[in-house]
Amino acid sequence: MAYFLDSPISFLHDPLSLFFLAVIAVVALPAFVYSIGYLERYPRSKRIEGHILFAAFVLSMAAVVTLDHAFAFLVAWEIMSLTSYFLVLFERENELSIQAATIYVIMTHAGTAFLIAAFLMFYRFAGSFDFQAIKIACQTMPAQTKNIIFIFLLIGFGTKAGIVPLHIWLPYAHPQAPSHISSLMSGVMIKTAVYGILRFIITILGADTTWWGILIMILAAISCLVGIIYALMENNIKKLLAYSSIENMGIILFGVGACMFFLSKGWTMLAVLSLIAGLYHLINHAIFKGLLFLGSGSIYHATGTLNIEKQGGLIHRMPYTAGTFLVGSVAIAGLPPLNGFLSEWLTFQTFFLGATQGNGGIKVLFGLCAAILALTSGLAAACFVKAFGITFLGLPRSKHSQDAKKSPAAMKLGMLFLSILIFVFSFGACFIIRKLTSICGHITGINTDAMNFTVNNLTVTPWASKGIYLSTPAIAAVLSTIMLVAGSAIYFILCRRKNIIYNTWDCGYYKLGARNEYTATAYSKPFRILFSFFLLPHRRTKKIWESFYHVKSFSYETGTTSIFKKYAYKPFLNAIFGSAELIKRMQAGSIHIYIGYIFITIILLLIFKDRF
Amino acid sequence: MEIILLIAQWAIFLTAAPLAGGLITKIKNYLRMRKGPSITQPYYNLAKLLLKGEVVSQNASWIFKAAPMVVLSCVIAASMLIPIFVPAGYAQYTGDIFVFIFILALGRFFLSLAGLDTASAFGGMGSSREMFISSMVEPVLFLSLFAISLKTATTNTEMLLNIPAASVSTILAGAAILMATLAETSRIPIDNQETHLELTMIHEAMVLEYSGPRLAMIEYASYLKQFIFFAIIANVLWPTPIQYSTTYAQLFMNMLMILAKISGIAACVAIIEVSIAKMRLFRAADFLLFSFALAVMATVAAALGA
Repeated sequence: MAYFLDSPISFLHDPLSLFFLAVIAVVALPAFVYSIGYLERYPRSKRIEGHILFAAFVLSMAAVVTLDHAFAFLVAWEIMSLTSYFLVLFERENELSIQAATIYVIMTHAGTAFLIAAFLMFYRFAGSFDFQAIKIACQTMPAQTKNIIFIFLLIGFGTKAGIVPLHIWLPYAHPQAPSHISSLMSGVMIKTAVYGILRFIITILGADTTWWGILIMILAAISCLVGIIYALMENNIKKLLAYSSIENMGIILFGVGACMFFLSKGWTMLAVLSLIAGLYHLINHAIFKGLLFLGSGSIYHATGTLNIEKQGGLIHRMPYTAGTFLVGSVAIAGLPPLNGFLSEWLTFQTFFLGATQGNGGIKVLFGLCAAILALTSGLAAACFVKAFGITFLGLPRSKHSQDAKKSPAAMKLGMLFLSILIFVFSFGACFIIRKLTSICGHITGINTDAMNFTVNNLTVTPWASKGIYLSTPAIAAVLSTIMLVAGSAIYFILCRRKNIIYNTWDCGYYKLGARNEYTATAYSKPFRILFSFFLLPHRRTKKIWESFYHVKSFSYETGTTSIFKKYAYKPFLNAIFGSAELIKRMQAGSIHIYIGYIFITIILLLIFKDRF
Repeated sequence: MEIILLIAQWAIFLTAAPLAGGLITKIKNYLRMRKGPSITQPYYNLAKLLLKGEVVSQNASWIFKAAPMVVLSCVIAASMLIPIFVPAGYAQYTGDIFVFIFILALGRFFLSLAGLDTASAFGGMGSSREMFISSMVEPVLFLSLFAISLKTATTNTEMLLNIPAASVSTILAGAAILMATLAETSRIPIDNQETHLELTMIHEAMVLEYSGPRLAMIEYASYLKQFIFFAIIANVLWPTPIQYSTTYAQLFMNMLMILAKISGIAACVAIIEVSIAKMRLFRAADFLLFSFALAVMATVAAALGA
């Protein structure tokens, strides 16, 4: 019987690991700078605790993406989960934090259980936990086992990635952590699941089964739509961002799934292209989601509430946060010329080129994927118009947002760094895509020397001979030139006319106030009705009577129901509690029965040892 | 030489755009047995707005002031991507047909924010509904253009000039784009450009606070957007192969041809507008779902090679 620590534990430094280390660093650095300002309002001991947990969290993520040994990987994975659990619990006195942390720790361990099972199966075939040994063993593994391992790994990593329907913990846990931690959790931690999929499924297991890629693409499509629909309904800005992370994980997995599909078909160029799209979106999402979470932290710092129904007009009081949040919103809504658009466009091109290569069924599949992605990006635009517009524009809806205070310099610096990175990743696309080409070539084991997805330093082309080009710097140049001309034209016209600053049009009745403004709930109402079959909205109205004749006040409540919780998790939990009731009967209190249990256990273990 | 042609094409785009709007109004009035304003009325309206001063809400931030410029530049940039009778030339290196859709979305994003900026309930309502409609329009446009690009094997915007003769997939896709265009250009049955009645309007509510030159910019951008969409539909539904390097006479004929086709589409839209009633907001979802179904069928047809 071999020991599982027989092979020395070493660190990987191949392009795949280095890429994820870069992603961690890109978000961790500004998040740390930000935390200096953000943690100021906590007492000293709490601040120290925050910094130590932060460091442990970042280091454990770095360990996860670099360790070259499956058992050590699991240990690092567990440390990552536990440090983030303690960070979700950072505000221990808060009831919500405890609830969120409990859901998180249960879900993440359920996922880890599947990973352990998959790794033990690896171990059975390889006799070692070393990645290289497992990879060699996988070449002779029967297809049936491979399928089971794939499913286990998908569930295990899917829980961390927040793939629907395993996403249930994400909207609880991410918002409860301090904002700089939320930005790390949403920006980086859930991406370690993508690392796991790339490392264990693509490079080690080998993606040679067609349905694997298709399954991941279908899950990605569901995650995209479900994530963004829930995000649209949400009025808590951090929950909204957490749901939008589910959507963006979907977009990333579109790239990964398409890559696996193309690999199984042997279409090397498309496999590399789709993985580039996925990884590009991964790092883009890390940047803008990191930025947006930091921005939401500034809003919380300024107003003391995360509910956007209580905000409004913050652009006048926090112009700096508003500017950076706007950059993040445009980027995450996938609008040109910023980086979110670039990676979504590459994903669209992946679908299109896949469709031109494949036969009838594949053409329709990719067409529908493209349509779902288009719907998602349309809904994402609506979602972030709501998030930005209700929070930063209009009149303040409460005293909190009226008295919003400015953020400390450290917080601004963190956000500035990330918004500059958004522009770097938008306009330096060609350099990044060249770099990603070799990384993706390494992951997929394809020689990419002859592949070039750029025309020059400004223009990207997924397939040069088809004449498909995109140049974000050119788009930005054209847009800003026309804007400059139009702006100066307006200036010259208006400087000789009479211009009035006056009230917003109020139909001539009375002076408008914040109570006449459109609310966030009203903003998302059309979507709530459109998706009512899925959201199951409900509303309760109640009249509070003062006397028989007079209604004193009127209460109105509206909300949506999570069908995942209602139809999947609730019955499951009920079943668990029900069976626990049954098992309770075993514990009768008689010592003779307990000795009997010990005896039976020993016999079973002896039998088991012989078998294994 | 090519540059001159490109500029000429672009100039035609920019100058002729309001004409299509005027033409629709004229035809609608003709069908209603009225005389109606002259075809050139949109130009007078724009000139009138440009020469006025403006009233800005005291709640407005820089977003409100910048949005019209963003919208105008997005629509002009989108128009540069779309060839009507001359290949788009250097513009093709800027982006493809998908980029066209996304650039328009950028303008809409800022205009929707501007709707919320003045703290008016109308603005918020219009902004919410505009995003509601456009989020359903986007997949329709996307999938129909996807189907057409499957036929031409490229997403380069030049494909619009090279569509092979009308087939099942292009006709279905053209019909889907036409329905999406009705929604995108705020026409009946989704929206009504003619009325300022609060409960029916979508786009008009969103831009209610604008006046003077900034309103002129927004209106002009709408005309231009409508013209581009008509040009796309015309090229999809009635493709005529363009002979590139031929004489001026040929180019002139091409130009006349496309203008005639666009007028034809404008007439169709006018007839649709007078013959059906505006739908309730939530019926619009059914309308767009139907156009989405057409787009799916177009993709299936294209996948089958039809």
